Amino acid sequence: MTLHEVVEVVQGTVICGRENLSREIHLGFASDLMSDVLTLLADDILLITGLSNNQAIRTAEMSDILQILFVRNKQPTKTMIDLAIEHEITIITTPYSMFRASGLLFNHGLKPVY
Amino acid sequence: MHISYQVQAGDFSNAGNVSSNIKKILKQLNFHPSLIKRIIIALYEAEVNVVAHSYGGEVVCNIAPDTVIIVVTDTGPGIPDLSLAMTEGWSTATAEVREMGFGAGMGLANIRKNADELTIDTGANQPTSITMHFSVSTEVKNEP
Ligand SMILES: Nc1ncnc2c1ncn2[C@@H]1O[C@H](COP(=O)(O)OP(=O)(O)O)[C@@H](O)[C@H]1O
Ligand SMILES: [Mg+2]
Repeated sequence: MTLHEVVEVVQGTVICGRENLSREIHLGFASDLMSDVLTLLADDILLITGLSNNQAIRTAEMSDILQILFVRNKQPTKTMIDLAIEHEITIITTPYSMFRASGLLFNHGLKPVY
Repeated sequence: MHISYQVQAGDFSNAGNVSSNIKKILKQLNFHPSLIKRIIIALYEAEVNVVAHSYGGEVVCNIAPDTVIIVVTDTGPGIPDLSLAMTEGWSTATAEVREMGFGAGMGLANIRKNADELTIDTGANQPTSITMHFSVSTEVKNEP
């Protein structure tokens, strides 16, 4: 699905990286544990997380992940947004819980990494 | 090419800056993307460990056309039981570290998985030195 569809499905707000909303993604991974994310081999992933700090953006950068969905309306800081823009990472926020956002995206065809 | 960076203890807002800089350099040098990913994931976990568990240290990176060698050293307090620390799930991380998304005890295991060769020199009340070798030929061999 496209990032644009992701935004629709989770009633999301795009924080940065609007120019990449037509990008197709196939895999989703939901975790607040960055060490978990760092074990993934694929990089065509939507990272769904409630961890809103610099390390979430850094982890995406190191893992070549280009899109992050922050759940429970976690708002990224200015530093996080600047970091994301620098690395061309799209940030979307949703008011939904991690479970609800993941469930909806799964139903719309986003595949689990494992 | 030889570069070194300092890593501050406890400075979580800057944890990852060194890995980010080295990633930029490796990309400019056109290393294989999956080699870069292995190097950077191992380095980032090692960098976070220096921030989270040590008194501070440095990252020294040696880049040659066929190998990348990264040495991450700190000034202590060291790891008393290394084989225990290498066990997935074992961690002494503080609540603060866990709030940063780390502290599940998976870092050292993931470093071992990504490095072609790994040497760890440590002990109770000693500095820790982690040497990671990455060889360019690993990616070439795995090419379809
Ligand atoms: N540089 C270091 N200095 C001191 N102790 C360390 C260092 N790196 C790792 N450790 C010890 O090894 C444990 C396991 O490390 P790791 O596998 O990275 O998991 P985590 O960082 O999530 O705890 C740490 O909890 C810590 O006790
Ligand atoms: Mg660690």
